[in-house]
Amino acid sequence: MNAMTKLVRLHVDGVAIEAPVGASVAAAIAQVMLRFGLRPGGDARAPLCGMGVCFECRVRIDSVEHQRACMTIVRENMRVETTAEPAHG
Amino acid sequence: MAEHYDVLVVGAGPAGLAAADAAASHGARVGLIDAQATLGGQVWRHDVRSDAPRVAHSAFRAVESRTNIVHFTRTQVVAAAPDRLLVEQEGEARSLGYASLILACGARELLLPFPGWTLPGVFGAGGAQALVKQGWPIAGKRIVIAGSGPLLLAAAATLRKHGASVVAIYEQASAKQLAAFAAALWRWPQKATQAIALRAALAGVPYRAGAFVRAAHGDAQLRSIEVQVGKNIQTVECDYLAIGYGLVPNVELAQLLGCALDADGRHPRIVVDEEQRTSIANIYAAGEVCGIGGRDTARIEGAIAGHAAAGVRQAAIKLHSARRKARRFSVLLETRFALDPRIRELVTDDTIVCRCENVAWSALRDFADARAAKLQTRCGMGACQGRICGTALAELGRFARGGLRPPIFPARLATLADADFAANPTDPFIDSNQENFA
Repeated sequence: MNAMTKLVRLHVDGVAIEAPVGASVAAAIAQVMLRFGLRPGGDARAPLCGMGVCFECRVRIDSVEHQRACMTIVRENMRVETTAEPAHG
Repeated sequence: MAEHYDVLVVGAGPAGLAAADAAASHGARVGLIDAQATLGGQVWRHDVRSDAPRVAHSAFRAVESRTNIVHFTRTQVVAAAPDRLLVEQEGEARSLGYASLILACGARELLLPFPGWTLPGVFGAGGAQALVKQGWPIAGKRIVIAGSGPLLLAAAATLRKHGASVVAIYEQASAKQLAAFAAALWRWPQKATQAIALRAALAGVPYRAGAFVRAAHGDAQLRSIEVQVGKNIQTVECDYLAIGYGLVPNVELAQLLGCALDADGRHPRIVVDEEQRTSIANIYAAGEVCGIGGRDTARIEGAIAGHAAAGVRQAAIKLHSARRKARRFSVLLETRFALDPRIRELVTDDTIVCRCENVAWSALRDFADARAAKLQTRCGMGACQGRICGTALAELGRFARGGLRPPIFPARLATLADADFAANPTDPFIDSNQENFA
């Protein structure tokens, strides 16, 4: 059976989406937009390294800050929030 | 709560899997730690759409079938104490004791700054491959692959398989160097076969040697890139750019533990002896952390380290000649994909170098070392703790990477409160991390 047929439902900034079982939160967010947050200075940031090193994909997941979207697997009913305001600066 | 293992392995890629399997085969109680949810590391990363290669499957099965291996998924090493590691698993702190430790932390991509590299839509080459394997929507997107090394072809093949329209592959090494690399591959028949399969999978995709990306343009996201091809500069429209200049060893944990590093090159690697032992008697290292050599080297070195850590030297010695042969590939990679010096000169005054803290190249002009720059500009003080900018600045010949202090990954305050690992409260770097990531 194709793994793509199994889907998980979650929310990205309030938007309901579906992602394949085993997909990363980064992949789920990318269905909606490419802006994962803002860097100090206000420009948008998005994933760079894809493997947990650069932290450019950090988002809030189920109210926990600074989770790496590329290292986190989607779960049913997960609530993902990209951060609209820069951390500082 | 302290748990104890005869052998603790950090990293579940080819090296770590081989190490865990070898040590467990002699009856050792083994703990296998990895930050990902599934086994395989980067090279055998789980693909939501297709099965892992057969060799990866058998490595997974070997580890999963052994009852004396405890596998800690989604687990990040945060700090170290004598013969113990502090790890965080899904927000919970754990203290794992060991008789022997094997570092199989692998490598990360060498990501170099150039104008526009911070635009959303610019990824590492291996980075794009990793994201797509885990479901990043790529079908129908126009993607350019650029940078250097054999990884570009593997990344391109994965992206194409997932439906991407691969516009072109730009390899900075010259056609002459590539020909010399290809001509030497017969010594590693598996790699030669792999290269032929990749070429077939990429039929019709332009592959340009001696070409590199000078700049990326866009507004809220990437729209086009400027590519230097020979004497010409071309503009190429694309949705994504996947660009990486090879790999660098992840030595942060070894550094924290005090293992000797070889810092002759621009990027340090762990020094090991014939048994993969580091300068610390009960700490071993295997695979990419000892210098970039690919998965075959990693599997052999992992097995040697696993046997040696379990105290079975004979089994380790049997693999020495296989390792010597595999390691020659490292030299081939280093010589044939040596970086065109022009790539180190692409940064302009306003190019952001430290992405976490938004520090531009011009702000770093007056500093002689990483520490001074960090204290004055916050360069390297953000969430990645200098892994991206520090490595880039070392490659650009600006200054060597600064030492890392615990926690080596952002951790929760509750984790850091573990009494045995209590950090020095006067350390400004730790304060900064606690403030941001508590």
